[in-house]
Amino acid sequence: MTQPVSKTSVLAGMTSRALVITGLVVIVAACLPMVLSSYQVGLATEVLIFGVLAMSIDILAGFAGRTSLGHGAIFGVSTYVVVYATGQAGLSPWAGFALGVLAATAVASIFALLAVRTSGVYFLLLTLALGMIVWGVCLRWTQVTGGENGMRADVRPAALMSHSAFYWAVLAGAVIVSFAMWRFVRSPFGLTLRGIRDSESRMRSLGYNVPLHLFIGFTVSGIFAGIAGGLYAMFNNFVSPSTVALAQSVEGVLMMIAGGVGTLFGAFVGAAAIIVLENIVSSYTERWLMVLGITFVLIMIFAPEGIIGKLRAITSRKVR
Amino acid sequence: MDRRQFLKNTTAAVAAAGVGAAPWRSAQAQASPIKIGLLAPLTGVVASGGKEMVEGVQFYLDQVKNEMGGRKVELVIEDDASNPDTALQKARRLVEQGNCHMLIGNLLANTGLAVANYVKGTGTPYFIPIIAADDLTQRARIKNVIRVAGYSASAFTHPFGDWALKQGYKKIATISQDYTFGHEQCGGLAQVFTEGGGQIVQQFWHPLNTADFSPYLGQLADLKVDAIFAMETGADSTRLIQQYASFGLKEKTPLLMAMNGTDQSVIRTMGPECEGIIAAAHFAEGSDVPTTAKFEKDYEAKYGKIPSLYGFSMYSGMMWIDAALKKMGGKVEDRETFIDTVLKTELDNSPLGKTVKFDDYGNPIYDVYIRKVVKRADGKYWNVPIETYPNVSQFWKYDPATYLKQPPYSRTFQGIKKT
Repeated sequence: MTQPVSKTSVLAGMTSRALVITGLVVIVAACLPMVLSSYQVGLATEVLIFGVLAMSIDILAGFAGRTSLGHGAIFGVSTYVVVYATGQAGLSPWAGFALGVLAATAVASIFALLAVRTSGVYFLLLTLALGMIVWGVCLRWTQVTGGENGMRADVRPAALMSHSAFYWAVLAGAVIVSFAMWRFVRSPFGLTLRGIRDSESRMRSLGYNVPLHLFIGFTVSGIFAGIAGGLYAMFNNFVSPSTVALAQSVEGVLMMIAGGVGTLFGAFVGAAAIIVLENIVSSYTERWLMVLGITFVLIMIFAPEGIIGKLRAITSRKVR
Repeated sequence: MDRRQFLKNTTAAVAAAGVGAAPWRSAQAQASPIKIGLLAPLTGVVASGGKEMVEGVQFYLDQVKNEMGGRKVELVIEDDASNPDTALQKARRLVEQGNCHMLIGNLLANTGLAVANYVKGTGTPYFIPIIAADDLTQRARIKNVIRVAGYSASAFTHPFGDWALKQGYKKIATISQDYTFGHEQCGGLAQVFTEGGGQIVQQFWHPLNTADFSPYLGQLADLKVDAIFAMETGADSTRLIQQYASFGLKEKTPLLMAMNGTDQSVIRTMGPECEGIIAAAHFAEGSDVPTTAKFEKDYEAKYGKIPSLYGFSMYSGMMWIDAALKKMGGKVEDRETFIDTVLKTELDNSPLGKTVKFDDYGNPIYDVYIRKVVKRADGKYWNVPIETYPNVSQFWKYDPATYLKQPPYSRTFQGIKKT
């Protein structure tokens, strides 16, 4: 008798169970604007945008074993370029968006060139330093970036003015981008990244060009961070150095960790957990940062594999 | 009384109460509280100033027993974390979820500009007693963003430049934090001073949170200028004043500062090193004008410290809004009328000490004090006015239309007259 393999559906190699779950989640997400207030829809939009950012970090952290502290800067470069292109240079929002993603990709590739030969804590520090450079440039180059005050522009296209319309657009974008990232990490190329994570020397001795693979992986993840940054520009119509600051990168990494490293979609859960927590707790106490900190400590102690990771572990135990 | 009878009686009583309560309830609905959303940085780099902002607002509400324009006030406080992204999110929350009738607050210009950009779309009245970015009442005015009891950054350094000329100063050097608030304040002084025949010898721009000023102070000492103008906020200001004194510059060259440099939030903890510094401002806590003195005394009695710019500005801002609400019977829901009424309202009896009104661009016209830090009888230091420039416009003596044609002050444009 042959081994019972899970049925693979026609759609891009998803199991039918995964397909059903994904479909349900997307439908529920699409219905949210009908039950939530406009402010909550705004929060949900933010969750999606930061979810995409956290996911782009997860490509590197979860699959190539390299945690980047520079993705907030890549994200923010896109935000800056989109706001600048539409506000100062007078381009259409869509052209601005494309330019933003392009700029983020370019910055990511520069980061990648410098960082791919390192790993572990050196990779962390190098990406951190590169991110700080971007932040410094945004802060000091007052003529272009507006310095501390930042820049304002009406970036959001007229068709997406209402909260719900914009939410649906971001949701559609997030679904497409998530699918692309999921395909990316499951592709043969993605498998080589995992190989590099598990043993760099073995991959090298098997004849793989490790730095090149990491370079491509980093750059691709930069594209996705750039898309998130472009959406954030449309969401806020505003950008300031705090968007490219270290805190932004750290927040992205924390969201990824809270959701579960290497789970990819955990990023959305992590983003939701952090953003919702931030907003609820801060309205009760000004010590909300402390509550957030304690929550992280608890997550690290009781669910070091993240929220999604923990759930997966529990469900698979039950199945057995 | 048996059970049946009891039920009958209570039902009747409840019904009667209900009928009696109904009209009262609908009256209540009409006079539902005015909801004010207060955004203040309670965490982050300027948290101490943020707390004083909240104090200022609460101090006012306590005095009016939580009632403005004949209606109860519900104050919702949100922390903007000194971060524009957070400020934006909290503003959304206050407007869309909290249904606040108006927003007030923010300290850092970047947080204020982010919120201003947001309320441009929603039309919510937004009051900025602290945000000093020039262009909000000049080149990029938003109608529903109103500077009650606030000021535009260069408004006080214009007369300050004039005052420096009158002292006979010929050469001035400036040192300032490198961001818009600094560029604007230095620009105001530099333009008036150089147009009156003075010379700006050199300008130093340093990043925020500079721990050590010695490289700058060394260069400043070598310049042999008649006075030094410094624009600093918060901890930078404390450090500059201390190091200025310990480098021995204090005895040689008079130090002029932007008003925030010698604000109570800075000099409250300082000793003789801050004595004698001159600044220009619309508020001097050591003024003997009765309303100012009374405010200072009451505030100090309540909070145990001399009021800073933050407490004072928020207090006066609330007073201004209240004055407008009284005029229109508290009908805050009618936004257009509310905004117009505020802009037309003149503020009497405020701690400012004099009736204040808005100019055509929504910036208040103040008497500007040249004030000096002196020691009070109890050993604390405070700012005392030594000279007054009455009715100073944000455009100084320039024609507004011509003034607005020049670019906003920046690191590259300081309005310095070319000789």
